[in-house]
Amino acid sequence: MATVVEKAPATAGVVATASPLQSFTVTLIIRRFDPEVDEEPRWQDFDVEMFPTDRILDALHKIKWEQDGSLSFRRSCAHGICGSDAMRINGRNRLACKTLIKDLDISQPIYVEAIKGLPLEKDLIVDMEPFFESYREVQPFLIASSKPKDGKERLQSVEQRAIFDDTTKCILCAACTSSCPVFWTDGQYFGPAAIVNAHRFIFDSRDDAADVRLDILNDKEGVWRCRTTFNCTEACPRGIQVTQAIAEVKQAILRGKP
Amino acid sequence: MATTIDSPRAPRIRRRGINWEKWGWIYMRVSGVVLVVLIFGHLFVNLMIGDGVKALDFAFVGGKLSDPFWQWWDTLLLWLALIHGSNGMRTIINDYTHNRMVNLTLKGALGLSTVVLLVLGTLVIFTFDPCPVGAPTDLLPSICGDL
Repeated sequence: MATVVEKAPATAGVVATASPLQSFTVTLIIRRFDPEVDEEPRWQDFDVEMFPTDRILDALHKIKWEQDGSLSFRRSCAHGICGSDAMRINGRNRLACKTLIKDLDISQPIYVEAIKGLPLEKDLIVDMEPFFESYREVQPFLIASSKPKDGKERLQSVEQRAIFDDTTKCILCAACTSSCPVFWTDGQYFGPAAIVNAHRFIFDSRDDAADVRLDILNDKEGVWRCRTTFNCTEACPRGIQVTQAIAEVKQAILRGKP
Repeated sequence: MATTIDSPRAPRIRRRGINWEKWGWIYMRVSGVVLVVLIFGHLFVNLMIGDGVKALDFAFVGGKLSDPFWQWWDTLLLWLALIHGSNGMRTIINDYTHNRMVNLTLKGALGLSTVVLLVLGTLVIFTFDPCPVGAPTDLLPSICGDL
């Protein structure tokens, strides 16, 4: 640790003097909607001075703080953990706080709009309630009513934990569910996020209610509506293999057990 | 001290009847695999073997359809492919029509056309006459000469 700390300022100093970061003007076209004024959403463009290492969220902040205070969007932690600022950036669902300017083609304007499939409330804010409703439907909590084997704890091996490791990463940002074409047209569909969170408990060896969750997802609006377009896997900011998780739940339903 | 915690919610009551959505999904997967074999077998026999596409004429088709093996091959192909396709169309209709009446009308038309095509196709396969009376003999399959 000590050596790293000593080295760090020296390297940083060299980089800073050798190549100061170049800023440039980026055009953002944002889909605005004010329910008190607008009948229909409208596109509005903003020019902002950005560094390549800035994020879309920084651009939105700059617009809100310096140009138009009425711009509305959600964000909390701004570090890709809270899942508040999922939005459609250049037609793809991304977290604004994890999308760097340098990863986008800035010779073109950057299009930013609210995620699709959920009721639009204002600008980039949607009503997340239908999303959380289907999340609650799958009972996303540990149900363990049986007595632990000899003792007080429910022990779990590394292998048993690894089975559902991927789906524990979900931050409920709705990027996957709102990228799903089935969810766009049929709001009754549980959606990828709910299935991912069901997967997390279905394959947990400490949980007793896998059959209940499998039964819920075996419904008409359950996993069978998924037609493996992989939009959800592509959209997930946490890199969860969503489509694979859904396929594993399908297999579990066919087997009748996880 | 041994406390047993009740389940937080009453267990769901299983819906009665067949789970069509599940069986539809399984059907698509299974028929898809079988169709790959049937379709490529069909294409190989019709277009690759012997004179290839130039061999295709009334006699060729007539000869094939008088063989029970090809009759059942084609029947299986017809039923699996048509139901596979119309189930896919049903999904598309559900995706794009939100009006309940339009949705039901389109699905009704789809179901009707599927049934008509299945019945017609099956009828043709099993009632096909490879040796129509009065037809020029050079156009007929070789088996007709024996009759």
